[in-house]
Amino acid sequence: MAKVTLKDLSHSYLEKQNSDIDWALRGINIDWKDGGAYALLGPSGCGKTTLLNIISGLLKPTKGEILFDDNDVTKLNPVERDIAQIFQFPVIYDTMTVYDNLAFPLKNRGLSEKEIDTKVREIGEMLELTSTFKNKASGLTADGKQKISLGRGLVRSDVNVIMFDEPLTVIDPHLKWVLRSKLKELHQKINRTMIYVTHDQIEALTFADQVVVMHEGQIVQTGTPVELFEKPKHTFVGHFIGSPGMNILPCEIKNGQINFEGKILPSNTSIKKKNFSKTQIGIRPEFINFSNEGIPVKIKRISDTGRHKIIETECSSGSIKVLAKASAQIPSGSAHLTFDQKYTYLYGDNWIIE
Amino acid sequence: MNKTLNQKAWFFVIPVFVLVAFNAVVPLMTVVNYSFQETFGSNVFAWEGTRWFKEILHSERFHASLGRQFIFTFIILLIQLPLGIGIALTMPKKGWGVPVCLILMSMPLLIPWNVVGAMWNIFALPEIGFLGNTLNSIGFDYNFTQQSGDAWFTTILMDVWHWTSLVVLLSYAGLNSIQPAYYQAAEIDGASRWDIFRYIEIPKMKKVLTLAILLRFMDSFMIYTEPFVLTGGGPGNATNFLSLDLVKMALGQFDLGPAAAMSLIYFLIVLLVCWIFYSIMMKDEGRV
Repeated sequence: MAKVTLKDLSHSYLEKQNSDIDWALRGINIDWKDGGAYALLGPSGCGKTTLLNIISGLLKPTKGEILFDDNDVTKLNPVERDIAQIFQFPVIYDTMTVYDNLAFPLKNRGLSEKEIDTKVREIGEMLELTSTFKNKASGLTADGKQKISLGRGLVRSDVNVIMFDEPLTVIDPHLKWVLRSKLKELHQKINRTMIYVTHDQIEALTFADQVVVMHEGQIVQTGTPVELFEKPKHTFVGHFIGSPGMNILPCEIKNGQINFEGKILPSNTSIKKKNFSKTQIGIRPEFINFSNEGIPVKIKRISDTGRHKIIETECSSGSIKVLAKASAQIPSGSAHLTFDQKYTYLYGDNWIIE
Repeated sequence: MNKTLNQKAWFFVIPVFVLVAFNAVVPLMTVVNYSFQETFGSNVFAWEGTRWFKEILHSERFHASLGRQFIFTFIILLIQLPLGIGIALTMPKKGWGVPVCLILMSMPLLIPWNVVGAMWNIFALPEIGFLGNTLNSIGFDYNFTQQSGDAWFTTILMDVWHWTSLVVLLSYAGLNSIQPAYYQAAEIDGASRWDIFRYIEIPKMKKVLTLAILLRFMDSFMIYTEPFVLTGGGPGNATNFLSLDLVKMALGQFDLGPAAAMSLIYFLIVLLVCWIFYSIMMKDEGRV
């Protein structure tokens, strides 16, 4: 078990770096507590797998340091770092039995037969693999194989960190739920630091206490699921988290006030003079209401998702999505919108202004 | 939807049917025909029943060449498989070395078989050939045209030179298709290099290796051109492999009946051994 600290970490797959886009990761600083459950969330190509491979030691970072419990492990290999990693698709040893697969990492570390047996049985019990112990691993279904992968990571009691690289991608949707809750349960049982990489916001938000949102090689926000939802610090977070995502609309700042659609929006923030190339307001569809006055919009389309309705409206600055209860009465043609002031944020060059 | 009956489709099958008939069915049936008859030329045939088959199966000459053939193929597989896998493992995975290695490896495969035989014949000549001359000058008594051990050595060396590349290329393709995650997982599990080879690389290469073994078995079991040019089956009968013997019997002695019976037995042996190889190596595949 260990806490994980990343200091000024940058990585590039190229020999020489000329501009920002040559970096796969830029200036990553992270402080993760011992025994926490963390998620790295971001779209494909944002650098999350690179970051994970750097933490596990499969990749050496171009710049920066990795500390486990204040010990510098930057130059150590995965075995020396004592970590476990579970990959996107099941990685099993085809010719071994399920039991031997689980025992393999322990055998390589020179444990006695008896210790190995106890541990393998314990983890097999947890993952419900005991009945297939004697079968060849190659004969199992995809989720059975992925359980073996999980098991090989979890079987060692000494690991510092357990890392998951989108482990549920190949699993059927109904089994995803089962395995995900299993993981959560395991985390509570064995209480080890876990890092979970995913592009699926629901997976990240249900698994982790703290979610790190990544975008173009940078960390844009770290926070609890609620924080990410209620107060996105970057327009990307607002856009990426939530379904539908946050409405991001261009606005102007005049005399320290937000000017949107020719109206002055009440604001929580005291705006200091600063030059931004663009300013935007962000408001989640959940926090917009129809009313008799406010921003005039045209109603374009209503889609009913069962639990609620998503109303697409349009004003002169762009389209605004509104989320309403399925039972709500939706005006037709044109309407007026009001924004909940508490959840309306101002963004300058994509970053929140507070 | 009802299927419409359209007999016109047969016209599309006819060309293939004719082609296969002329290059496989007709020749094969001719051989079958010969194998049961005695002929004295000028299209005069006499029925002999299973006589030729009995004679061939009890002939010491056939036993000897079949034995030589099995030993040759066994040695070839024993050398070429490990060597091919070994070379594939040491070949670079990226950079300029990849095309260089691939081209170098493909070269022997592109050379016509009789040219290979002729090349090695000259190469191994005791007085003037580079190999023969070098071996003799460093103290070996080497003469492949007169000593059967040397003839075997040269034939095997030639086949290793000619065909190991095939195993290399197949293994290399198999190795390259292994996802990096397998190596990463093994690294994290603390697996040794041998473990990686034993538990990841070999199982993942199983299919291409099956193919390599089958191809190498068939080709080496039916080898003709290269030893024909290199040693002609000699000295004596030392390198007289099955196909060489068969041709001698059919064209040299014009014993068409026995030669036909021998071809059929030969054909059945190849078929049987391939089937045994294949079913052993693909035993577990059905359950995946």
